[in-house]
Amino acid sequence: MDKKPFDLSKSRLTRRTALKGLAAGAGLAAAPGFVRYAQAQSSAPIKIGFQSHRTGIGAAYGRWYEKTTAAAVKAINAAGGINGRPVEVVIEDDGTDPGRGAEVVGKFATQHKTDIVFGTLFSHVVIGSAPAAGEAKMPYFVVSEGHHVASTKLNRYVFQPGITDVKSQIQSMAPWIAANAGKKVTQIFPDFAFGYDHRDYLPPALKAQGADVIAQIAIPPTESSFTKYFPQIPAETEVIYHVMVGPAVLTFVKELGEFYGSNRPQLFGFIDSLEAVDINSPGLEFLDGSHFWEGSPRYAQADDSAAQKAYRAAVGIDDNGAAVGDPKDVSTAAHMFGCWETLYVVKKAMEDAGYKGPEDRAKLVEATEALTEFAEGPEHPQGPKTFNGKIHQCFGIQNISKVEGGKLKVVHKTKIEDGLYEPEGDYPKQAL
Amino acid sequence: MHFGPHLLLATLEGLVTSAVLALTALGLSLVFGVMRIVNVAHGEFFMLGAVLAWAISTAISGHPALGFLAALVLAPLVVGAVALVAERLVLRRLNYNPEGTIVATIGMLYIIQQLALTFYGPEARPVEAPFSYRILLPWFGYSGYKLSVVAASAVLLVATWLVLTRTRVGLIMRATQYDSETAQAFGIPVDRVYGGVFALGAMLAAVAAVLIVPISQAHYLMGQDPLLLSFIVVIIGGLGSLRGTVVAAVLIGLSDGIISMFFSPTLAKIIATAAVALVLVFRPQGLFGTTPR
Repeated sequence: MDKKPFDLSKSRLTRRTALKGLAAGAGLAAAPGFVRYAQAQSSAPIKIGFQSHRTGIGAAYGRWYEKTTAAAVKAINAAGGINGRPVEVVIEDDGTDPGRGAEVVGKFATQHKTDIVFGTLFSHVVIGSAPAAGEAKMPYFVVSEGHHVASTKLNRYVFQPGITDVKSQIQSMAPWIAANAGKKVTQIFPDFAFGYDHRDYLPPALKAQGADVIAQIAIPPTESSFTKYFPQIPAETEVIYHVMVGPAVLTFVKELGEFYGSNRPQLFGFIDSLEAVDINSPGLEFLDGSHFWEGSPRYAQADDSAAQKAYRAAVGIDDNGAAVGDPKDVSTAAHMFGCWETLYVVKKAMEDAGYKGPEDRAKLVEATEALTEFAEGPEHPQGPKTFNGKIHQCFGIQNISKVEGGKLKVVHKTKIEDGLYEPEGDYPKQAL
Repeated sequence: MHFGPHLLLATLEGLVTSAVLALTALGLSLVFGVMRIVNVAHGEFFMLGAVLAWAISTAISGHPALGFLAALVLAPLVVGAVALVAERLVLRRLNYNPEGTIVATIGMLYIIQQLALTFYGPEARPVEAPFSYRILLPWFGYSGYKLSVVAASAVLLVATWLVLTRTRVGLIMRATQYDSETAQAFGIPVDRVYGGVFALGAMLAAVAAVLIVPISQAHYLMGQDPLLLSFIVVIIGGLGSLRGTVVAAVLIGLSDGIISMFFSPTLAKIIATAAVALVLVFRPQGLFGTTPR
């Protein structure tokens, strides 16, 4: 769903006009598109502002989030759109940067006049953009995985209905880690918000299972060389729990392999450490037999549902989780399903609310909060989910996969109940 | 891990950093020494080298060493040509004015970076190492390729030193650096020397990038760190001094490796930056630099 050249020139014109301080009326006159849609709202498309990590450290995710979103929008439009109106996606690049992120949200609100904003992954961008969304009273649907939405520290306009948060993921997997991998765990995590969720929630979750985190190593997500951090891993470590993000994830895993070789502790990683990277890259042989968390499995599994198969075909990934026709272009399969599912949640909520336009945004927020369950199926191919309207967060199943013969094979699926926790707050109490 | 092996690993890591840094900073130092130009786009020539290495090595099938060797030869040549064009089109037209060229090279930085983003994309892409040998020490494993980077860099540094001190080209370059007006009076084509030096500086950065890219992947933003570190090295070593550059690179690289391993990488950066400040205050010409004429 690329931005049309027409849009591009339009936005450039408007910005310049604004910069020169001309009246807003002149800006509107220069952009006839806005006027037309305002007059014919009933048939005008529903505009979804997509805050995409096109550049910066999240670029690999951004590209695949765009592909998944395009596929979902195509499917939704083919089935009649939302409330009979077609869906149009407007993409803005946030550079995977919190400051830019907030600007982009503002741009969607005031310039593109989108109905909602959607699609952000990196947690620092979500945290940086959420206040702008709250201020503009713009429903902001993120696909981020971080715990910040569910922590209720953001605001009533922020939702995460398509992907389980880290706290829940960790809680549901800790029993498996303690029982199957080992009791003495060293954590390696990126030194920003998303990593801090891992830092804060793994130790108590493991403690409850009789295992301990014996060391925590934070690495900046922009780091390009990692060997220097590895001596901090205590010798008695039984499991290395690793989750890295950023452009150098392949280097991270490769250097871990060089450091340990086959004589390594057990490895339990979040696939984030290798998202969009071929697990058969040279130097990664040592990963054989190690385990990864996957939100949705990268490799096609023997027991895939029809919905999962249809979803993979629609997005255009093959059985190895790479782009159809380009086996080197490995997807971010473990996360991007969240875009697909979130768009269907938006569709459901807009239809429940009888959503007509930006004036109904408050109704949309309330309708989303009223949702409780999403059944597994073509709209939710990753699996069934429950949704807690108090904390704006969904809960789903998690996959633990083993590297076997150059593929990731799911060996354990958690249950939704495993990941439930007491809500930490209550968004609906905030005023709209 | 015990102190001994810990220190060994820190030293090895530091040496790899030093090796790449020495080559990159030498390029920057040459350009400043001879042309009196602060080349802010230097890091982008580094990035361009890495990106081209990826392009060349993926275009050539067969054993990874073939693609890598081709990249090692071709990528610096292409980067050198780009630098030469930039020098002819931009820097020469500014008459190598110190203030003007800083702004111009800042512009070049953004142009090169955005072109890389447009044509290469925002992904980090790996280049396969020419060989993958893991040296097994009793305490930890270490990449054999990383050690070969140190060796290759040392060879290149010696070669550059020989060119500068033992050849006619080197003599001409040194003469231009010493006093460009007198050199011109003696019939040295200073203008062509400038073009050549600018290209050579960029090529050194590109070679360093090709050496490092099998370790750290090509990415369009990868030029920022090397630029900053090169400036630190060049300031500490003394602008325009080859010996100072190499010594400072080893110093900064080793301290970076050792401090970041025993304490934290952030502290290593703090110390390096503080060192620059101290050098600028107490010995503005750098450890080995001479006061500019």
